[in-house]
This record gives sequence, structure tokens and C-alpha cells, in this order.
Amino acid sequence: MRRILIWLPLLLFVAFIGLFASGLFQPDDRIIHSRLVGQPLPAFDLPAAASDRPGLSSEAMTSGQPRLLNIFASWCVPCMVEAPQLMALKQAGVAIDAIAIRDARSDVDAFLARNGNPYQRIGLDARSAVQIALGSSGVPETFVIDGRGRIAYQHIGEIRADDVPTILARLEDAR
Amino acid sequence: MKALIALFLAFAAAPALAQTALPPAPWADRQIPDARQERAAKALMETIRCLTCQSQSIADSNASMAADMRSQIRERIMAGERPEAIRAWLVARYGDWVSYAPSADPILWPLWAAPLVLLALGLVLMRGRIRRSRS
Repeated sequence: MRRILIWLPLLLFVAFIGLFASGLFQPDDRIIHSRLVGQPLPAFDLPAAASDRPGLSSEAMTSGQPRLLNIFASWCVPCMVEAPQLMALKQAGVAIDAIAIRDARSDVDAFLARNGNPYQRIGLDARSAVQIALGSSGVPETFVIDGRGRIAYQHIGEIRADDVPTILARLEDAR
Repeated sequence: MKALIALFLAFAAAPALAQTALPPAPWADRQIPDARQERAAKALMETIRCLTCQSQSIADSNASMAADMRSQIRERIMAGERPEAIRAWLVARYGDWVSYAPSADPILWPLWAAPLVLLALGLVLMRGRIRRSRS
């Protein structure tokens, strides 16, 4: 018994070194997913963020058909990067609404004139209140909302070309 | 040369673009007039993690989202909401991750028990030693 016990501290030491070493080589995951996935959209009613689109309320997102809710801002660089993918989704017949975070109408108008406007409605969240209520941790983010107004899926970060099939599949699942 | 300067300026301006041009929310950096409420709000803000700069509390962070969270917390405390209710509301959205305050979640029970277990182990070892030295 003593013979075995005497090796215990060394074993523990090696186990800890192993733990730390694996932590060093593991990529750091800093993405914080919303806990509201699978739950109803929180209630909100936002004024229009752009000149030629109406504002957005949570009721308007309960349309019987799945929709995308894109969280973006005119001051956000990755939002420009994902604009072509959103346009492609719109071409594919996807209904897309948006919330503009901490934005001004003239800036949103300029952003949409430059990058295209795939949105049906755009709500202005001037103080990130709806963003926080959604459990969203930054821009851009995209939520798949099913026909009953429930959050079915959350995509964090810009939508790249190879994310489009996943999003279309999630929209199909939410039908 | 001019092109080079323009290029440099374009890169220098990028961090400024990463944040919004809107002024901060009304209660982001303004104290609640009632000192007791401000203390409660401050204590909560110091234990809520910033989502943008993840190793800072929202009380320490200059990120626009942290400022909006501070303002929202102050407004809700002024409206009479209890700090722990606001924390629970945030945890329901972002998970335990968002709170710096340790919880008594069952998964943490071994951690809470560790000091007691180690103390008990020490006492057992000590008893063995004392017995042996007496005999």
C-alpha cells in the first residue's frame, strides 16, 4: 500500500501538467451562444431604422413562416462582409428582417445604399436593449425564427458563403 | 507619398469604426442620485462580465455594449428591480458565464466541499502521526 501511495503525488503532478498542456493547445472558444435558442422571441417593438423600411416588432416576426432576424450595424465592418450572402438568401426567397444596433437613420440609409438592402423591416435598437434581451453578444448575428415566433437557431459572426447552406437547412427545419 | 499617408490613415481610423458614433446611453456613466441604489447597481455591474471585452466587468469596460448594459441596470434598479433578479435575467440569456459571482450550482459542490475534504484528510493524517509518535 505504502509503495503505491508514494507515487501518488507524482501521478497527480503529471496529471495536472497534462491538463494544462491540453488547455494550451486547445483553441480558445470565446463564442457565447444565446440561451434563448428554442424559446419564444422576447417581446419588442422598435421604430424604423431606415427611411424606406418599416420598424420591427416581435409580433411581425410571427408570420407563420420561418424568417431570419439579422442583427447588424452600419458601423460594423463584418456586417459589410456578410451583405452579399444576405442578398443571396433574399434571392433564394428567404424573408429577412433586421435590427440595427446603436445606429442613426442616415448611416443606415448610406450602408444599405452601398451594400444592398435584403431586409423587409428594420428596427432601430438605439441602446442595445433588444440585443441584450435576445442574448446576442455582438454584431453581426443572425437568428432563425420559426413561424410561431420561436428562436430556432443562432448564427454568430458574419455569414460566409459556406454558411448559407446551413442557414437554409435550419430555415427548412423550422418550417 | 500621399497614397501612403491615406493608407495609414485608413488603418488608423479602423478601430474608431468598430464602435458606434451614437452618444452613450443616459445612465451609462451617470450615477443614480440615490446613493443606496447606486451602491446596489455598482455592486451588480462589477460582477457582470462584459461580452465584448471578455475579461472585464461591465463596470470597467469602455465597450458600447457594456455602457448600454450599465445604463439598463441603473434604469432597472431605479425602477425598483432587485439586483439578483437582473442577474438571473442576464444569466437566462447568456448563461452562468456572464456572472462573476460564484453560484451554488450542483456542478460546483465538489469545489465547495474541497476545503472540508482536505481539512478532514489533514486531521486523519495528523492523528496517525500522533498515535505513532506516542507508541
